[in-house]
Amino acid sequence: MELPKVTFWRIVIAAITMLGVYYTVLRYTKGLGAVTNLSNKYPWGLWVGFDVVTGVGLAAGAFIIALTVYIFRIDEYKPILRPAILTGFLGYSLVAVGLLYDLGKWFDVWHPIVFWNPHSVMFEVAWCVMLYLTVLGLEFSTVVFERLKLHRLNHLIHILIIPLSILGVILSTLHQSSLGSLFLIVPTKLYALWYSPYLPLFFFISAVSVGLAMVTMESFLSMRFLGKGIELNLLNGLARVNVLVMAFYLTIKILDMAGRGVLGDIFSTRFESIMFDIETLVQVVIPFFLLLIPAVRTSAKGLFVTSLFVVIGFIMNRLDVAITGVEASSGTTYFPAFGEVMISVFLVTMGFLAFAYAAKYLNVFVHVEEKEEGPVEIIHDV
Amino acid sequence: MAKMGILIDTTKCIGCGACEKACKMRNGLPLDLENNLSATAYTVVQERLPGTYVRRMCMHCQNPTCVSVCPVGAFTKTAAGPVTYDKNKCIGCRYCMYSCPFSVPKYQWDRVVPYIQKCYMCADRVAEGSEPACTAACPTGASIFGDRDQLIEEAQKRIKDNPHTYVDRLYGLEEVGGTSVLYLSNVPFEKLGEPFNINLPDKPLPVYTWAALEKVPTIVVVGGVVLTGIWWITSRRDEVKKYEIKHKEQKKLTGKGDKP
Ligand code: SF4
Ligand code: SF4
Ligand code: SF4
Repeated sequence: MELPKVTFWRIVIAAITMLGVYYTVLRYTKGLGAVTNLSNKYPWGLWVGFDVVTGVGLAAGAFIIALTVYIFRIDEYKPILRPAILTGFLGYSLVAVGLLYDLGKWFDVWHPIVFWNPHSVMFEVAWCVMLYLTVLGLEFSTVVFERLKLHRLNHLIHILIIPLSILGVILSTLHQSSLGSLFLIVPTKLYALWYSPYLPLFFFISAVSVGLAMVTMESFLSMRFLGKGIELNLLNGLARVNVLVMAFYLTIKILDMAGRGVLGDIFSTRFESIMFDIETLVQVVIPFFLLLIPAVRTSAKGLFVTSLFVVIGFIMNRLDVAITGVEASSGTTYFPAFGEVMISVFLVTMGFLAFAYAAKYLNVFVHVEEKEEGPVEIIHDV
Repeated sequence: MAKMGILIDTTKCIGCGACEKACKMRNGLPLDLENNLSATAYTVVQERLPGTYVRRMCMHCQNPTCVSVCPVGAFTKTAAGPVTYDKNKCIGCRYCMYSCPFSVPKYQWDRVVPYIQKCYMCADRVAEGSEPACTAACPTGASIFGDRDQLIEEAQKRIKDNPHTYVDRLYGLEEVGGTSVLYLSNVPFEKLGEPFNINLPDKPLPVYTWAALEKVPTIVVVGGVVLTGIWWITSRRDEVKKYEIKHKEQKKLTGKGDKP
């Protein structure tokens, strides 16, 4: 935070925080109607669409890297592990906080623990997110224990880390896809380009793609602002995987649309179709072709820009499915109120700040030390 | 108890609003009449075409979407037919509002502690063997309460006896698996708007999400086995590698060959 830009950013952050606090007070003292543009015809808006449905996807990097390092044991990716898990933990925490804003009876948020409904996708998502947040907390706790020199506790986590990671991967697979299943219940409300019986699969695969992109972006930003980051060749490896993931995603999407006979709709001039086209271009097509260019793949800036495309496209996709796609059938229009936007911006800002502080005071970017240690030590470390 | 239902014959409805008033009185809601279903109007009568009135209320689906989507099981399809709501369980996620195919559940947006509001087919009166306040108040018999099977018979008889009056369709018989509230009309339903959505499948909507949810146990088991298997293989590989490195170093140090 010693950069010359500090004062400017401090003012921005202070302004966001003040507005955030103001709308928080308003929301909890006057109700959802006072802050949001939600209505009986439009019961879900930005907070569900962005803070929850998008937020969970953006935090998917944690389980992919945990899978790579702990289960596949590809040690090269160890340097990415901690930042990815930190992002995951912060991301899911923000989702939980976002839920507390959105739920009408937020103080009853624990109800799914005691009142069960296994037929509800939301019930499954609630349980998975709850459990996975715990897993992430434990996975990240070793960084904190290390800092506090609590070696016993640290050792305990090391013993548990493999079962924890396996659990984490299963839980993530379940809820990343189930967020798509949430929308299976509205076959006549959601626009045909988005509604598909394969929504769970699409949600899962795009979460993998955005998870990889997020890790890349974080690393770039951390390098820029904190002087700490990850080596280019690792990010390059992630980008290569992402090319495959995106190719797969695009292929099954096209096959699915063709199978359902709606492929022609992408040429329609309807608002939804245009949104769908933009989203697909930004989320998959453009980054896919960019990554095929070696010069892009091997430069930090190139990787950052492609990742930015993936992330923005991903956000568009989730907002399209959750908000835009049901607008036509709702009989009304929705645009988030200023207060809704401010709360979301506030939460994201808090996330960035928390990441920056954690990266500064904890040993999150550890690669420089570990790189020299050779394979034996690294194996021993796991 | 038999599954009860309500038959609404739009040809008999004169738009007097007696049902609306009766419902509001029964439920202690503000008495001024409203145009749309809301947290303070569980039923409304709307003039959709000149002289054609459609009465809106919860359809009390046979396999209700709201019951299936609610993460805490706040809704219940009672044996008698009504779909009821437990405000104490509700957490306010509004998934029921988002997914109800007939856009029935409404919310108390202006409250600090808001609840979902919707028609509950006067479940308490029905449990006592009585009929809902609204059907009791209807002066023309446009809304009648009774055993769903008998209501279907009655409706089909009306269609058969007056083929020139009614369109040959009983709305709610099959839609999303059938509903306890049934509609007769002399105008094609698709011209009347909600709740008549002719695109709705006959399959109950919960079937669509269940198709995904039922895979959860498989994913857990297969995922657990596969991941553990992969981990076992990779960790064996690493152990072997570690051993080989050590072995080589030893070999170098002691100058001994592979054989002991
Ligand atoms: S109409 Fe909607 S609220 Fe009523 S029972 Fe059916 S799904 Fe539930
Ligand atoms: S708003 Fe309440 S009743 Fe509706 S689905 Fe959510 S928890 Fe259940
Ligand atoms: S059944 Fe009862 S709650 Fe439902 S509309 Fe009639 S009076 Fe109102």
